[in-house]
Amino acid sequence: MQTTTVFLVLVALCVVSFLTGRKRSKILAMQAGSLTSLHSLPNHYGYMAAIWAGLPALLVLLLWMGFESSILHKAVVSHLPPAVQELPEEELGLYYNQVQSFAKGVIDSAELDETQIAAATYYSETASSFSQLKATMVFLVAILGTLLALRRVTLLFRARNHVEKVFEWLLFSCSFVAVVTTLGIVLSVLFEAIRFFQIVPLSDFLFGLQWSPQMAIRENQVAASGSFGFVPLLIGTLLISAVALLIAVPIGLMSAIYLSEYATRRFRAVTKPVLEILAGVPTVVYGFFAALTVAPFIRELGESIGLDVASESALAAGLVMGIMIIPFVMSLSDDIINAVPVSLREASLGMGATMNETIRRVVLPAALPGIVGGILLAASRAIGETMIVVMAAGLSAKLTLNPLEAVTTITVQIVTLLVGDQEFDSPKTLAAFALGLVLFFVTLLLNFVALYVVRKYREQYE
Amino acid sequence: MNNMNEPDRSHTTRIIQASLKKRYARERRFQWYGRLAVLTGFVFLFILLSDIVIKGTPAFTQHFIKLDINFDSDELGITRSASLEEIASADFSTLVKNSLREKFPDVGGRNEKKALYRLISIRAEYTLRDMVLENPQLIGNTSEVWLLAHSEAGSYLKGQVDTRAPESERRVKDVQVAWLDTLTNDERTESRFNATFFTSGDSREPELAGIKAALYGSFFTLLVTFCLAFPIGVMAAIYLEEFAPRNRLTDLIEININNLAAVPSIVFGLLGLAVFINFFELPRSAPLVGGMVLALMTLPTIIITSRAAIQSVSPSIQEAAMGVGASKLQTVFHHVLPVAMPGILTGSIIGMAQALGETAPLLMIGMVAFIMDVPGGVTDPATVLPVQIYLWADSPERGFMEKTSAAIMVLMGFLILMNAFAVYLRKRFELK
Repeated sequence: MQTTTVFLVLVALCVVSFLTGRKRSKILAMQAGSLTSLHSLPNHYGYMAAIWAGLPALLVLLLWMGFESSILHKAVVSHLPPAVQELPEEELGLYYNQVQSFAKGVIDSAELDETQIAAATYYSETASSFSQLKATMVFLVAILGTLLALRRVTLLFRARNHVEKVFEWLLFSCSFVAVVTTLGIVLSVLFEAIRFFQIVPLSDFLFGLQWSPQMAIRENQVAASGSFGFVPLLIGTLLISAVALLIAVPIGLMSAIYLSEYATRRFRAVTKPVLEILAGVPTVVYGFFAALTVAPFIRELGESIGLDVASESALAAGLVMGIMIIPFVMSLSDDIINAVPVSLREASLGMGATMNETIRRVVLPAALPGIVGGILLAASRAIGETMIVVMAAGLSAKLTLNPLEAVTTITVQIVTLLVGDQEFDSPKTLAAFALGLVLFFVTLLLNFVALYVVRKYREQYE
Repeated sequence: MNNMNEPDRSHTTRIIQASLKKRYARERRFQWYGRLAVLTGFVFLFILLSDIVIKGTPAFTQHFIKLDINFDSDELGITRSASLEEIASADFSTLVKNSLREKFPDVGGRNEKKALYRLISIRAEYTLRDMVLENPQLIGNTSEVWLLAHSEAGSYLKGQVDTRAPESERRVKDVQVAWLDTLTNDERTESRFNATFFTSGDSREPELAGIKAALYGSFFTLLVTFCLAFPIGVMAAIYLEEFAPRNRLTDLIEININNLAAVPSIVFGLLGLAVFINFFELPRSAPLVGGMVLALMTLPTIIITSRAAIQSVSPSIQEAAMGVGASKLQTVFHHVLPVAMPGILTGSIIGMAQALGETAPLLMIGMVAFIMDVPGGVTDPATVLPVQIYLWADSPERGFMEKTSAAIMVLMGFLILMNAFAVYLRKRFELK
């Protein structure tokens, strides 16, 4: 039976056990006189029965799905002729894949020899008996669970507390997903990165001045001869982010000051949402804009004043990225400026200072830590931004600080290393995970510091 | 005493008055800087949007060319009584070529002929085949047929080709320009709404490429995302707001949620690649995996907004429910959640809009394949709208540039709809 069918039947079973549980409790209550003689509502007994039917069976189903393919693999391989079994691991894998795809009807019999066809028949047989076994086990567990639950339907059984306990655990596990996700990110990136550092020494990665991973793609090559120096990528990333912040911080900050201190309520109500549209534009749109409109424009502009500008200049990518984070800087600064107590402003204005003097000498210094935190958050956003740089920045790593030249970034390299077909053991693909690790920790650090600073600042005035 | 201070005071006043002009000027300048900053933001937004609209609008029309097609049975090698299979395997491309040569008899030389044939899209032969399949009586007759123009010819007809530029820099050559002008003068060209763009999948030919496959891919991906992120996010928010004890574990969860909200999206792609595809061996390029990755990515947004919505429910509702003997869980599910629902939905829609526009993590899990077919389920290979935009933006053909902009317009249209709906919900919620 298909997994979906099994699942649907399981759902039906749950409904049935819900109804039975409810019915049973009602009958009991009627025998005892009235519904009030039950501890909980009849529905709760129903829910309890459904939970007992569904949860353990679902667990069995999930476990089975997790291990099915590897058990099947073992069973089929042990059934193969010994000569085939002794093949090296990679060839055996290929052989098994062919058997598998033939059994599933993906490829023709013409490509296979007889043993493979026999193995494929065996594969199909085992797979079908496995799926029957799976269905039987799941249903057995479900029915067993229902029976157990129904035995517990008594007048005094606290069904509601029972059901609510289970629900609370469910709620908890949902919120625990966040922790599992973080753990998943760290572990998956870390494991592959460690494999990478076994091939390429950490010091070469951290201090190397050359990045040309393409060289390592040739087979049987000493991996270290492709160079994996991380410094040019870091400089490129920082260069583009710096350009972006140079655009976004003055514009975002000044807009925030104007909107919160000078603008009328109506002007603010119209302007803020309009500027926030910039934050809702998908990054791929910015990438398109950067690559096809801004970059050629900057190049022509540069040529007209006699400058040699690369067609994938860091300036174009940084400029567009800056536009993207303007609303981000604006809303963060706006929140923080609004958090400065009015009494400080009133005191300053009362002393005869102009608005401008009040803002520059009182409000901004008071808000400075918060604004710095906001800028750090913006920087982390810029460093992790992918699509704009993938589409508008260069591919080859160049160690330069000139924004008119093409540089590459960490995120661009992750994408170019991993998009397309890849084998999972070459240092080339593993390098992407090492870069991911660096990216994750750099942004984590920036966020952590930024949130800490912002929170400290908020506490100061609360 | 007063008298003694008098000159002093006026001295100070004089100093202040002398500096006042400067200070007021500075004040005005500062205000102008603010206005300028806001204006700059507006200008950027205006340039961005108008650039896309200007580039994309032409993609919604297509040019057709009317040709007299002679369905010559000798040329096709079939007669009126031919079976459907015979018709289907006949070569209809020669009909188009013959008709073009008839229209322009002085064309000679291989290259010139090639240029002539390039006026019509390669879809023409299928159009003719379908016509004959529907009505075999056409064989042996001549009839006027509107055929789709090649994207290059189309771009000239749309007026996008600057004929003053040197010929070597143009895709559309001088001879082609002359032919197209003749056809236009004979009223044999026509601009129509580009339905292909919405009814077909990706193609190597710009004039045949459409976004249907990508739209379906986006739909399936978002479906998976919503089915996972919404229940998990809402339940997590309920737990954290209503049930979580104040302890280290709760703190850990909260810190994690806040950090996940700021993790670069591409890192989620790495997670999807390493865990879902390599470890659990789920299919590559499938909306299932894409949806799961995007669900993890939007989860923090949904949790944070749902918590805010739950928090804003007045405690009196909870107290009233508890007072009549409802349990905590009953209170939350029967009373708090329904009141908080509009706010939760608003946050979820905003999260979904984010997911709809997201590209980078989907590149990691292989949703960048060239896919012509419309996916039929969550495990079929698919691509999504933003990735389609990325793929087209990378194509060298000029015809794809307007397709890219048009796809962006469609994407932004969906985003605006979703956000408008969120705003509408919020407005209604506030009225209560």
